[in-house]
Amino acid sequence: MRQRLAVAVICSTAVVLFSLPIIAAALPQSTLHPAGRGAELIAGLFWWMAGGALLIWALVIGIAWYAQRTDRQPWSTTALRRFIIIGGAVFPTLVLTTLLVWGLWLLAPLRAEPGTDALRITVIGEQFWWRVRYPDGTDNQIELANELWLPVNEPVELLLQSRDVIHSFWVPALAGKMDMIPGRTTRLLLEPNRTGSFRGACAEYCGASHTFMALQVRVVERLQYEAWLAAQRAPAMMPTDALALAGANAFLRNGCGACHTIRGTAAGGRVGPDLTHVGSRLSLAAGTLTTDSDTLARWISHAPTIKPDARMPAFEVLPAAEITAMAAYLEALQ
Amino acid sequence: MPIFEAFSILILPQLLGARDLPFPRLSAYGFWCFLIGGVFVCGSIFFNVAPAGGWFMYPPLTTQYQDGLGPDIWLLGLSFIEVASLAAAVELIVGVLKTRPPGMRINLMPLYAWYILVVGVMILFAFPPLIAGDLLFELERAFDWPFFDPARGGDPLLWQHLFWIFGHPEVYIIFLPSIALVAMIVPTFAQRPIVGYSWIVLAAVGTGFLSFGLWVHHMYTTGMPNISIGFFSAASEAVAISTGVQIFCFLATLLAGRLTRSVPMLFVAGALAIFVLGGLTGVMVALAPFDFQAHDTYFIVAHLHYVLIGGMLFPVAAGVHYFFPLATGKLLSPRLGRWAFWLMFIGFNVAFMPMHLTGLLGMPRRVYTYAPNLGFDTLNLISTVGAYVLAAGVAVLLFDVVRPRKKQPFAPRNPWQAGTLEWLAEMPPQSWGVRSIPVVRSRYPLWDQPGLMREVDTGRYFLPGAADGHRETLITTTLDAMPVQCQRVPGPTFKALWAALFTGGAFIFATFAWYSAALISAVLALAVILLWLWTGTSIIPEQEQKDVGLGLRLPLYESGRHSVGWWAMLITMIGDMSAFFSLVFGYLFYWTISADFPPAALPGPGIGWPVAALLLLLASWLLTLRARHDNREDRNVRYQLDLAASVLCGVAGAAALMAGPWFNGMRPTEHVYPAITWALVVWLTLHIGAGVIMQAYCMARRWRRRLTPQHDMDIQNIGLYWHFMALTAAVTVFTIAVFPLLTSAR
Repeated sequence: MRQRLAVAVICSTAVVLFSLPIIAAALPQSTLHPAGRGAELIAGLFWWMAGGALLIWALVIGIAWYAQRTDRQPWSTTALRRFIIIGGAVFPTLVLTTLLVWGLWLLAPLRAEPGTDALRITVIGEQFWWRVRYPDGTDNQIELANELWLPVNEPVELLLQSRDVIHSFWVPALAGKMDMIPGRTTRLLLEPNRTGSFRGACAEYCGASHTFMALQVRVVERLQYEAWLAAQRAPAMMPTDALALAGANAFLRNGCGACHTIRGTAAGGRVGPDLTHVGSRLSLAAGTLTTDSDTLARWISHAPTIKPDARMPAFEVLPAAEITAMAAYLEALQ
Repeated sequence: MPIFEAFSILILPQLLGARDLPFPRLSAYGFWCFLIGGVFVCGSIFFNVAPAGGWFMYPPLTTQYQDGLGPDIWLLGLSFIEVASLAAAVELIVGVLKTRPPGMRINLMPLYAWYILVVGVMILFAFPPLIAGDLLFELERAFDWPFFDPARGGDPLLWQHLFWIFGHPEVYIIFLPSIALVAMIVPTFAQRPIVGYSWIVLAAVGTGFLSFGLWVHHMYTTGMPNISIGFFSAASEAVAISTGVQIFCFLATLLAGRLTRSVPMLFVAGALAIFVLGGLTGVMVALAPFDFQAHDTYFIVAHLHYVLIGGMLFPVAAGVHYFFPLATGKLLSPRLGRWAFWLMFIGFNVAFMPMHLTGLLGMPRRVYTYAPNLGFDTLNLISTVGAYVLAAGVAVLLFDVVRPRKKQPFAPRNPWQAGTLEWLAEMPPQSWGVRSIPVVRSRYPLWDQPGLMREVDTGRYFLPGAADGHRETLITTTLDAMPVQCQRVPGPTFKALWAALFTGGAFIFATFAWYSAALISAVLALAVILLWLWTGTSIIPEQEQKDVGLGLRLPLYESGRHSVGWWAMLITMIGDMSAFFSLVFGYLFYWTISADFPPAALPGPGIGWPVAALLLLLASWLLTLRARHDNREDRNVRYQLDLAASVLCGVAGAAALMAGPWFNGMRPTEHVYPAITWALVVWLTLHIGAGVIMQAYCMARRWRRRLTPQHDMDIQNIGLYWHFMALTAAVTVFTIAVFPLLTSAR
């Protein structure tokens, strides 16, 4: 008996000691380190519920522990009836009602609609990347891919759509998730309240490369945001060094422009991601690779191997020199 | 599901002191369907054609972005398996309602029977919507009818609704039968009757009922209005109360008695520790705001395993230990049992406890790899180690079950000193089951009716012998269990196997789009089933009544409400209705999501043809009822004429029904409106086809003198079928022809 209790205590201490550093570490995709109002409200709810759940669990196990002991008197019928009514019905009803009121009350702030002047960004889920459209201040939109830059302490509304299958937009540090459903536009409110880099992921199974559909989010000060947007709005610069220049020619000659747009050049395809500033992106292939000339070359030659069922074909038939040149060109698109 | 049905079909007759359930051949048919369908679906993985769209199969991924057979294997294979589940539901519901021993009023039934009744009814309402959904899905995949294609008015969310109307109750369909095992085990080892019997029954019924009102909690993140989220949050929380009541009743039973330690109780204790935690995380994720984060993450993976392993696997292991002597006459080893338990319990917690954290750190479900530096690595490693330990525990349990035990002595009779009727079984178990069917006056007759076992053994009760050489069991009334009939139960036959093979062929050939082979197989299945019915059902006995013992004479043949066949038809048709109303739900769903439904630019079926069809079908129904009356009055010619006319009206009605959309040029591939209209029309037409075959069958039965004025079960049951056809026809015609007029007049 005493031995078993000791084992239980040692086990729970080990679990707590092991979990604490993991919970404390600031991981980029964690719900436990909120950087936005929505995620903060939900994390608060979670901690209260988790504490309560552990208490109730311990209570039930304690009762079961007591019930299996043979050195006690059997309970009377009246006591048992009271036990069932209070433990099985009254107590859960009170706890659940409280929780329900709290949960429903949270829905209002989590799903509020920001004012008309708030920033509205369209994000379109595609197998297996994110097409992002920012308003550019005029009636036009700038099309980007796989990353969001957001000004801190401002409400942002995302208009979520899908071009093919169902995806789900989820940046755990900022807010809960929202599905992207073909034929519909869903909305998600983000209110980042601290600057930093965060990671998002597709949360609805969308095919073979669902696991390679991630998203980079950078929350910055307003000025920095505007500088970034201005840079993204600008057309691509013609490269100056010879290798990159050869790459630019190869890019157009091999027909890459049929699928990709590089603003300021003849490439105007709309199938794949816009590459105007691809060299400046935080990641390549929706969070799958880092962005440098090596990974770009690998991606051009072996995209479907890296990311199964991706629509980008493998161009390994092209001469190696051309691939190297194109990778250099794309890396130079800052 | 198969585990639950195997358990139930094995022990339910013994719990009820019955010789057998009323439809052993239906059970055999269901079993073969399960086996063939299960091998087909699970075997697909070895041929690299396994379904790859997740168990939820969300379109459009599975309709437009996955080629190959995978999705078709899922849709048609599972539809086929569902046939088996529905067959089992019919068998178990009728078994609980009609084969209880005399005196076992419904409030004296063992709790296991109550749970089976609840689960059977849940299957009737949960599986048919999925069958309807499968039908729409397969029509889209095979024939391009755009039910889930937004470009042509469809909506992928309709599938999610239909799937989860099935999918959530399914969770409770797995959970409740296992809790039923706990409800049998706990009183035995407390050596006390269960405390709070009525509370448990109410809670089980409440759980079953509520489980149909919370499917949307799988869809909180689809962007639905706050009001819907609020409603379904409340229902999802409420189900925790009914579960809590059941757990507290079990604890109260332990508190009322004094526990005897045993391996089954060890597994029950483990189940409690695991399940309560799963229930508590369930309360957390039922709350929409937290679900916005937790949905589709490893937190949910942890939650659902805590619920299902704690709520299903551990109770099943307890049940295997507890009931093993009933199946084999031998006990399992307590030592191996304890090893299995601790390996499973520790392995389970090591595997799944960390997943709560993995999910909170942001790991989504259904990923086969992940990036480094997200904090998932160590946690997943621990989970993997735990999974192996859990598997080792299961292996020990399996080894104990299959190891040879020729030398092991038989278990003592009633080895756990239980109080319920199944422990009347002799050791070694005998093929006739209970020696004589007792009169029951208590919930725990072996405890409360002294001398019962001896009296049963000496044949002092009902049906002590088989003087006529038939398998017989008692049929009693549904509420008070008054004996009303001595039912002859059929023996083994190959027809059930052939019927299952051909039914399977119809589904499996259709998977490969070999439609003529599928059609031939379906026709053969129908032929075998008709032969099975013709030779094996509604047999006119050689004597009207027989002495069943204790001076009671009971009829050997009953038709109408006292007969098990009538109840089986009623229950089947309730299931059929829930599939039909799921299609109607689909129609109305399109109307609610679209401002332009039915679309003004597209033709409808008109009003003339559908109304003509309705009138003809109602005539067919009324003529069938008149034929039933003619037969009772022994007016043979008028009976045959009435049935012939009803066949003609039925065929003409089906033709008129198809004529509406056909002549008005409704093309099902064009838009979802003609597609759903056609789906309703096809559904009704197929049912009329079945109804017409039944009418013709009754004509032949009477002609061959297998149906007489006194022995009229066939025409009685078919009359019941046609009641439902009249309702189906009226609702179909109203939906496709009248409803568009009402909405366009707005």
